[in-house]
Amino acid sequence: MTSSPSPQAAQEELADEFAMFDNWMDRYQYIIDMGRQLPEFPEEWKVDELKIKGCQSNVWMHHHFDGERLHFSAISDAAIVSGLIAVLMRIYDGRQPTEITATAPRFLEDLGLDKHLSPTRSNGLHAMLGRIYDIAEEEAAA
Amino acid sequence: MTDFSDLMLDVVKVRRDFPILGRQVHDKPLVYLDNAATSQTPHQVIAALEEVYNRYNANIHRGLHTLADEATAAFEATRDTVREFINAAERREIIFTRGTTEAINLVANAWGRSELREGDEVLVSRLEHHSNIVPWQLLATQLGVVVKVIPIDERGVLDLAAYRDLFTSRTRLVAVNHVSNACGTVNPVIELTRIAHEYGALVMIDGAQAAPHETIDVQAIGADFYAFSGHKVYGPTGVGVLYGRAELLEAMPPWQGGGEMIDQVSFESPTTFAAIPHKFEAGTPPIAEVIALGKALQWVSGIGMTLIRAWEQRLLAHATDELSRIDGLRIIGTAPDKAAVISFVVDGAHAQDIGLLIDQLGVAIRTGHHCAQPLLASFGVEATCRASFAAYNTPEEVDIFVESLDKVLGMLR
Repeated sequence: MTSSPSPQAAQEELADEFAMFDNWMDRYQYIIDMGRQLPEFPEEWKVDELKIKGCQSNVWMHHHFDGERLHFSAISDAAIVSGLIAVLMRIYDGRQPTEITATAPRFLEDLGLDKHLSPTRSNGLHAMLGRIYDIAEEEAAA
Repeated sequence: MTDFSDLMLDVVKVRRDFPILGRQVHDKPLVYLDNAATSQTPHQVIAALEEVYNRYNANIHRGLHTLADEATAAFEATRDTVREFINAAERREIIFTRGTTEAINLVANAWGRSELREGDEVLVSRLEHHSNIVPWQLLATQLGVVVKVIPIDERGVLDLAAYRDLFTSRTRLVAVNHVSNACGTVNPVIELTRIAHEYGALVMIDGAQAAPHETIDVQAIGADFYAFSGHKVYGPTGVGVLYGRAELLEAMPPWQGGGEMIDQVSFESPTTFAAIPHKFEAGTPPIAEVIALGKALQWVSGIGMTLIRAWEQRLLAHATDELSRIDGLRIIGTAPDKAAVISFVVDGAHAQDIGLLIDQLGVAIRTGHHCAQPLLASFGVEATCRASFAAYNTPEEVDIFVESLDKVLGMLR
């Protein structure tokens, strides 16, 4: 679902989009709406090995490396987490591993997610991010 | 519409005792409905904590100076307040712990490890909080004790016939809560205890959720052990109580060793231990918190548990009525006798989303498994939303909560 030319460009685009809203209820609505547009996640990928821990809802993340780019796919049974997945996909899906490892997750601060969706709220965002970077580092080193 | 007008509880006055209730969250007035996790603290209790540190902060029991004497007197006075609060026969039956969890672990380790043998059975209910499940499971792994589960019906009520059928000659202990934290069921602890005693088993009651809502009389219940936490009954965190019948406590070996719990320590002859309750209070206790807990229990008694219960029951009835109007909402736990706790799920909306969004509107509720995964599994859910009430909540807050929920569901469905 990548459309921006780079992870950094995607982060900047998202920051611009989020800046349009002056309150968090509207931002949450935007996040929820983004989540509704996630592509279908195959049932056979909803297995324990692909499950992300540390979230009150169920989150599964699948990835595939085509030799050049990493393709991520993820789903949650909760709406806000699904929206956060959509945010992550725009930044990280379809990128080269080295592109990912070279990108700091600035969107956390730029979108205000670090404050509003801090790790203590057990939303799995940081766990998902951790997995994306781990996978990218593994493929970059391989 | 539930009528509150005949009750004598002056909720405006009650609320004035709680400075935190005046704060705003996301520019909205705080509506605090997570009391089953922790209740808020009246200024009298906060003042008691401050007074300890401002006037008589000292270690207790052995100091000869005035500060130590005053601190010891205030600390020990709380033991009397607690004794009265749960109607224990003797003050030495009151042991201060870090909380309910530590109290249950104390029983599991001191009584369980010395009394239980491989094949002995402990009955726990499906309603239990993890803290009244896992300590017994640890004994099952380590000693070969068998943990058996008392089943519940679709309302979240214990199945008493099935309970009776679980007893064998090997049943040694029943570990049940007085009130379920996740769905509010008030268990018939008098009857449960009577049946257990018929079979010669002891009873450990987790009263963490009962202490803020129910009049507790450990002698009327016949409880062998009873535990509760300070921070769920308007007191501070870090302090709780274990009640144990004196003859049981006397026979139990110490669990933790350290200062305070000894009589004589020697390398040449066996170390001997202090009498109860001090035998089970190794090390420096949370002195200021214990003293403040005393103030919290006095605060509750000052209003009266009967009145608090009546008020909260109206809040529960009002919330139940209002929530029932919401399309696709299912209340988890519909026991006829419930404390002021209401757990629910809504079709098409995940509890986590509801919790995060309703917080934006200033409403604090709990979402998740509430440390009662086996209970939620029996209802076929992984997470619920839970609103739980205290003496300071108002019918208007219930209305704000339900309106906010409606708004949030509009975003999610």
